[in-house]
Amino acid sequence: MATYVAPVPQIAAHKVDRESRGWTSWITTTDHKKIGIMYLVTTFVFFILGGTEALLMRLQLGAPENTLINPQTYNELFTMHGTTMIFLFVVPVWAGFANYFLPLMIGARDMAFPRMNALSYWLLLAGGIVFYASIFWTPPSAGWVSYPPLSSIAFSPSGGQDAWIYLIHLTGLSSILGAVNFYATIANMRARGMSWGRLPLFVWTVLVYSILIIFAMPVIAGAVTLLLTDRHFGTHFYDPTQGGSQMLWQNMFWFFGHPEVYIMILPGFGMVSEILPVFAKKPVFGYKAIATSSVTIAFLAFLVWAHHMFTAPIPLVVLAFVMMSSYLIAVPTGVKIFNWIGTLWSGSIEYSTALLFCVGFIAIFLIGGISGVFLAVFPVDWQLNESYFVVAHIHFVLMGGAVFTVFAAVYYWFPKMTGRLMSETLGKLSFWLMFWGFLFTFLIQHVIGLDGMPRRVYEYPNVGNLALYNLISTIGAFILALGILVTIINAARSVKVGAIAGPDPWKANTLEWFTTSPPAVNNFDEIPVIRSVEPMKDFRREIERRTGQRIEQVPVPAGSGEAAASSL
Amino acid sequence: MRPASLLAAPGLAVAMLLVSAPGAFAFITPEAGGSPNANSIDTLYKLVLYIAAVVFVVVEGALGYACWKFSAKRNKVATQTHGHTGLEIGWTLGAVAIVIILAVATLLKLGSIRNPPNSGAEAAASTTSVSGALYAETERKLPPNKKALEIEVIGRQYIWQYVYPGGAKNGLGAPYSYEQMVVPTHTTVLLKAVSMDVVHSWWIPELGGKIQVVPGYANYTWFKIEKPGLYRGQCANICGQGHARMIASVRAVPPAQYEEWIAKRTQEISEANVEAATQRSKLEAGSGTGRVLNP
Repeated sequence: MATYVAPVPQIAAHKVDRESRGWTSWITTTDHKKIGIMYLVTTFVFFILGGTEALLMRLQLGAPENTLINPQTYNELFTMHGTTMIFLFVVPVWAGFANYFLPLMIGARDMAFPRMNALSYWLLLAGGIVFYASIFWTPPSAGWVSYPPLSSIAFSPSGGQDAWIYLIHLTGLSSILGAVNFYATIANMRARGMSWGRLPLFVWTVLVYSILIIFAMPVIAGAVTLLLTDRHFGTHFYDPTQGGSQMLWQNMFWFFGHPEVYIMILPGFGMVSEILPVFAKKPVFGYKAIATSSVTIAFLAFLVWAHHMFTAPIPLVVLAFVMMSSYLIAVPTGVKIFNWIGTLWSGSIEYSTALLFCVGFIAIFLIGGISGVFLAVFPVDWQLNESYFVVAHIHFVLMGGAVFTVFAAVYYWFPKMTGRLMSETLGKLSFWLMFWGFLFTFLIQHVIGLDGMPRRVYEYPNVGNLALYNLISTIGAFILALGILVTIINAARSVKVGAIAGPDPWKANTLEWFTTSPPAVNNFDEIPVIRSVEPMKDFRREIERRTGQRIEQVPVPAGSGEAAASSL
Repeated sequence: MRPASLLAAPGLAVAMLLVSAPGAFAFITPEAGGSPNANSIDTLYKLVLYIAAVVFVVVEGALGYACWKFSAKRNKVATQTHGHTGLEIGWTLGAVAIVIILAVATLLKLGSIRNPPNSGAEAAASTTSVSGALYAETERKLPPNKKALEIEVIGRQYIWQYVYPGGAKNGLGAPYSYEQMVVPTHTTVLLKAVSMDVVHSWWIPELGGKIQVVPGYANYTWFKIEKPGLYRGQCANICGQGHARMIASVRAVPPAQYEEWIAKRTQEISEANVEAATQRSKLEAGSGTGRVLNP
């Protein structure tokens, strides 16, 4: 405490060697920021691939009894789409953001294990390449849940299924190494004064994300290893004719699969909890409740897996137990939503694109949460399970939910990563296209499911209003895609011509803004002492107190930061 | 339009849709009307829907109001609050209360969904006594008088087969049909579903919920149809290339007509078996064509 006597807090980051440049600097880097950017670029490429697969499926379903895509290709498309979005986009995109911002937010100079960090990224890329290489032979077609016996060698003889297994292994290992790294970094490398009660809420959720990964990923790794030995080495773990059990797969898959849902959404919750206070210009409402609810969700996430198996042959007592635990998990999730509204309440809300994506997320995620309650009522689930209602539900929580928060994070953190602001006009256009496109695509899918259309079918008969509903959904999907395209154009353009952002364009609260944009290799020359959950506010107040002037920005000494930004 | 009003618009639209007309409910409720269990699921669904509608309107309303009322234009200075313990405990308990109501409602309604009733007085004569409580069949529910028509549903890529009671004591020669199941009205029909290959899922929306058909396991459900008619459905679990065309239907006919149909079906299958045996012996004698009539 006594050693820190800076007269006035100021941003300074220049006591380091010149940053290395060129492509070799990228493939050899152990810098958390470069690794973070590689994660983000890679995962967005996979997002575009997965999105293209979705558009092809919507094209096929745009008309009844359509013959555009044959059944085999259709099965390959939904398998690739689901697997890509889950294992190659939503889970690793949070690892990308956490890589870049976690050390900055807690005042660390890098991750705890920088080389293991690089390994995490390269394993992810290897997993993605192995998986996508299968499109040159035969891609997998048993769905992202790959239930045996359909995924067994007898029914899926092609190597595509094996490519899927290797993808799970490689991305799983990547996630586990990343999670261990995040946990170690958070536990050991926080700035002085940053107690658990002053940890930014995004960091809280990355901590919970890491714990969930460490417990859940080994289970799916084991499950797919058994599938691999069943396929190639003559074992019978899932083969009922030889004493194996199909239900073994279902239990192991969903024991991983449900925590996986929270792995995908929790950092998004954290993101919203960071962005809302900045643009509502008031502290987050109920910090402790939000942090506690993340931990509660993590615990309950391991008790609800069988709600994915309500129609399977399992005893009533299991159904009733899992229904109760699934209801319970709605409570901490609801608490978060109330706290976010409480954060907006009596604020002075500035409608930036990042904030719009957060508010759009809350509006959409609430619907996803409510449809989740329908699915938790197991007798009701007997009607809704495996129908388009479930497709709608999963996209309300993952696409309108997690992906909207990813976009909020892009708009919020882009200036820090590149030193330049994104266009707000294009950003808002992108948001409204995505918001309405999303609702058009997925709201009607609840009705499609209630009308009896099962999921994963390549065609449907022209009965009732199915043709009209599916057409609406298809048109919505293209509006949604257009909105995403606008953001991609916005990002590509802003990297070159965006307005210079400066260190702290949003007057934000957390420590990543206490450095130049983009940050120097060492992040901070001086790591300040943390006195609250909003250190930047403390610094501004401190400067105001000492200089007697009202300030907008924490000052940057000449020659330290802007050089890096303008050279980009 | 202002961002806030743009946000509130879809909320209002859905809310209006929910309260406008009873017709709107058909639009957002599951298929029902064929069998009492489907109707009970529909009732339970509607109960959840009413509660959900209230939660939806209140929360989206609060969000929309906050976005409109507290925009930087209308509210220049933010009030610096950190939370409100009473309020936070209040809404946590409120959420718990809703959860308890849902749980109680589900358990109250569960009996009429899971437990089959007795057949009506005019039920088919071929309704037989069914034995219960074999081990590993604890999830198989029987009507109170233990009398029902028990049909075995067999899933395989990509066709449903149904085996009806009847035939010889060794289980051979039982009448069967593919794709379309024929059942008598006013009769409790118990289904036992098994798979010959991969996982399938049996689902006729108007006759109740679906059951996953898992190789190595038996799964059970039931229905009781009052109105003659055709009830359609299809396999609901991805089972391979032909999944979308693995359709199923249940044709409910008056009991007398069912007896006729099942007798004719038994007759056809027995004739085909005799024909097949003849062909086989001819084939064995080296003189046949090997042609087998497919029933």
